[in-house]
Amino acid sequence: MEKKILSGNEAIARGAYEAGVNLAVGYPGTPSTEILENMSRFKDEVYCEWSPNEKVAFEVAAGASLSAARCLVTMKHVGLNVAADPLMTLAYTGVVGGFVACVADDPGMHSSQNEQDTRHFARFAKVPLLEPSDSQEAYDFMKLGIELSEKFTIPVILRSTTRISHSRGQVVLGKRQEAERPIGFEKDPPRFVPVPVWGRKMRIRLEEKLEKMRALVNRHPANRIEWRERKLGIVASGIAYQYAREVFPEASVLKLGWSFPFADDLIREFCSGVEQVLVVEELEDILEEHIRALGIDCIGKEVVPAIGELSTDVLLASRARLEGRQATEPQTSVLPEVEDLPARPPVLCAGCPHRAVFYALGRFDVVVTGDIGCYSLGTFDPLNRIDTILCMGGGVSMAHGMDRAGDPRPVVGIVGDSTFFHSGITGLLDIAYNRGGSTTIVLDNRTTAMTGHQCNPGTGTTLMGEKVQAASIEAIGKACGIENVVTLDPYKMEDCMDVLKQAIESPEAWLIVVRAACPLHARKKLGSTLRVDEGRCIACGKCLNLGCPAIEGGGGKPRVNPLLCSGCGMCRQVCPVDAFVDGEEACHD
Amino acid sequence: MTEQGVTSVVLVGVGGQGILLGSEIIAEAALLAGFEVKTNEVHGMAQRGGSVIAQIRYGREVFGPLVPVGSAQVLASLEKIEALRFHRFLAPDGVAVVSKQEIVPVTVSGGKATYPQDADQRLERVFPRLLCVDALEIAERLGSPRSANVVVLGALSGYLALDNAIWEEAMRLRVKPQFLDVNLQAFSAGQELAR
Ligand SMILES: Cc1ncc(C[n+]2csc(CCOP(=O)(O)OP(=O)(O)O)c2C)c(N)n1
Ligand code: SF4
Repeated sequence: MEKKILSGNEAIARGAYEAGVNLAVGYPGTPSTEILENMSRFKDEVYCEWSPNEKVAFEVAAGASLSAARCLVTMKHVGLNVAADPLMTLAYTGVVGGFVACVADDPGMHSSQNEQDTRHFARFAKVPLLEPSDSQEAYDFMKLGIELSEKFTIPVILRSTTRISHSRGQVVLGKRQEAERPIGFEKDPPRFVPVPVWGRKMRIRLEEKLEKMRALVNRHPANRIEWRERKLGIVASGIAYQYAREVFPEASVLKLGWSFPFADDLIREFCSGVEQVLVVEELEDILEEHIRALGIDCIGKEVVPAIGELSTDVLLASRARLEGRQATEPQTSVLPEVEDLPARPPVLCAGCPHRAVFYALGRFDVVVTGDIGCYSLGTFDPLNRIDTILCMGGGVSMAHGMDRAGDPRPVVGIVGDSTFFHSGITGLLDIAYNRGGSTTIVLDNRTTAMTGHQCNPGTGTTLMGEKVQAASIEAIGKACGIENVVTLDPYKMEDCMDVLKQAIESPEAWLIVVRAACPLHARKKLGSTLRVDEGRCIACGKCLNLGCPAIEGGGGKPRVNPLLCSGCGMCRQVCPVDAFVDGEEACHD
Repeated sequence: MTEQGVTSVVLVGVGGQGILLGSEIIAEAALLAGFEVKTNEVHGMAQRGGSVIAQIRYGREVFGPLVPVGSAQVLASLEKIEALRFHRFLAPDGVAVVSKQEIVPVTVSGGKATYPQDADQRLERVFPRLLCVDALEIAERLGSPRSANVVVLGALSGYLALDNAIWEEAMRLRVKPQFLDVNLQAFSAGQELAR
């Protein structure tokens, strides 16, 4: 029996491999990204790809499933919004090869723009929902997902959360078992073509499948009652189960692993066996609302917060509220030694090419509609040059909207390369088609950096490690009908300024592709380490406007942290007195 | 109300300092020692130079992966003020192992805040049991400044009841072969400091 420490994401990948998954696809997004990265280690037996976006990934998996392949598709919670269209109807047509969509939520918004709860989607689409509470279950439920999906010919959602995906724990491993059915699509239009006449029948079949699942879900081992004291009974799913066990060790627990369709009989049995029912769920009150609808009295969001993530500490406070005690908020009194600590927010790395563009944009009176990626960090001081962020691709189309609304200032939309391929292209097409005048900047750092440097259609490499033709952003822009297309080297800051001026002042649409590899990904220095020549420095603070983490200020003359300096030389270009000199030179002085 | 017999360790620092590796090695060591282990690490946004935290818990039975406030036996920090920032996790009788490295946050460079000049005194006031280590200096002397994290790991290992052989095996399992030797050296240099 092999036992290993795996993160939830590694466990899901391993489970998928053992479940005989033939195809694993997705689009990166914290906290889901490492599932596919780990999957690609099995590339000899499993086809893996990063698709351009979640909708495409979902459809690729849907197609493969109808050809009887077992499939895994991964994404973060907001990715399912993008893939919602295929999900809603795949639930109608049903699947052939096992189909699991692993969707990772981010309660607490550690790395996300919102805190939506994927469990709503399972109920919305009427598909089974599995919620692991640790790495072992992440692995087990991935396999269970494939099994249920084939048994009921329906897509299954495996919902992870940040603390499942990025926590490690032991997992007992097994062997890979492939499907017996050979790959091959079998034509059956009434089953796979949801034109109204057949779609209406599918609608009914979906309800029938749910009915069959209801019979099983009440006695399935993924759902269990743990009887302890009968005074308090806790209903919990996912990671909330772990916190509940820790904070209420004496309480009976109904642990729901297969949490939709609701296990009504089991819920009734449990609730009638305890004096008081407490529902502990992270984010929305989905279980609570349903239990109330069954006519059962329970406590939930009165004491367990609906906003933010749960933890043992949060639940300790809930317990105090439940028992009518003053919540002894842990360490409410802040020590004077820590009260005034400087915040340490994330920043663009030293040498990051994005920095040059934000610095340049700081010289213009424009509105900048930004997007999601490392470059979101251009929002903060001292760069402070992103004005809006909505969703992936939104940077391009929102600029067009402001421009067409007649905003008095010129508008610039900014997206990264991965984001451009994800959903920026359609926005650009709109600008060209409807003759807009906004400027689109694609920050092409040759990678999907924010999520940990994945390849994308523009990088010329694939998840399986193949070399392929790289898609050209410039050629796509031209094909859309954009006439002014320019490519820039961000480390030449004056060029950036000149081209930006021209584009911003022009009434026509421009596409500016700013190209330089992310130095953190390329893992090479851009030049020699610099230092500040104190004799020359006049302490004007201009270099500090770059917001480079390697330039340490805070009163007096700045100094360069040699451990962080990438040698990009931007500081050299903004310093009015040439105070930045090669570090090597320093030794000769 | 936390479980009996669970050992909790919190590792903090600045994104990019190698917190993840430290947490993986501790987890591996605890597993080798026959414990149930759960860890949690920060990925994504915060790794771009922000404050980061990794949490490790092991014992006979562990439920949540998050360390409750005031319960960590050891708090190890790769940067001075990050130790202060996350001090609340440490148990009253816990040990703080702090690298003497100072990394200036952008908020300070931008003139929005100041880096406390009295960081050392603050550390002494906040942590009754404190071990400050010259982790970066030691790692640089070994020719591998990136191994400062492992020096700190070596120092904190002195406060966890896990055998040396286990630590070595855990390092072997988690460190890339080409960096193993220097990291084993960094580890024992750290261990020396905790003596
Ligand atoms: C719909 C959706 N999918 C995925 C993500 C996660 N995500 C955030 S940024 C990003 C990639 C950004 O890559 P790129 O545009 O190339 O910018 P970079 O980080 O390289 O600067 C991803 C995938 C998201 N926020 N929304
Ligand atoms: S990872 Fe790359 S793209 Fe992201 S901030 Fe760092 S240098 Fe810039």
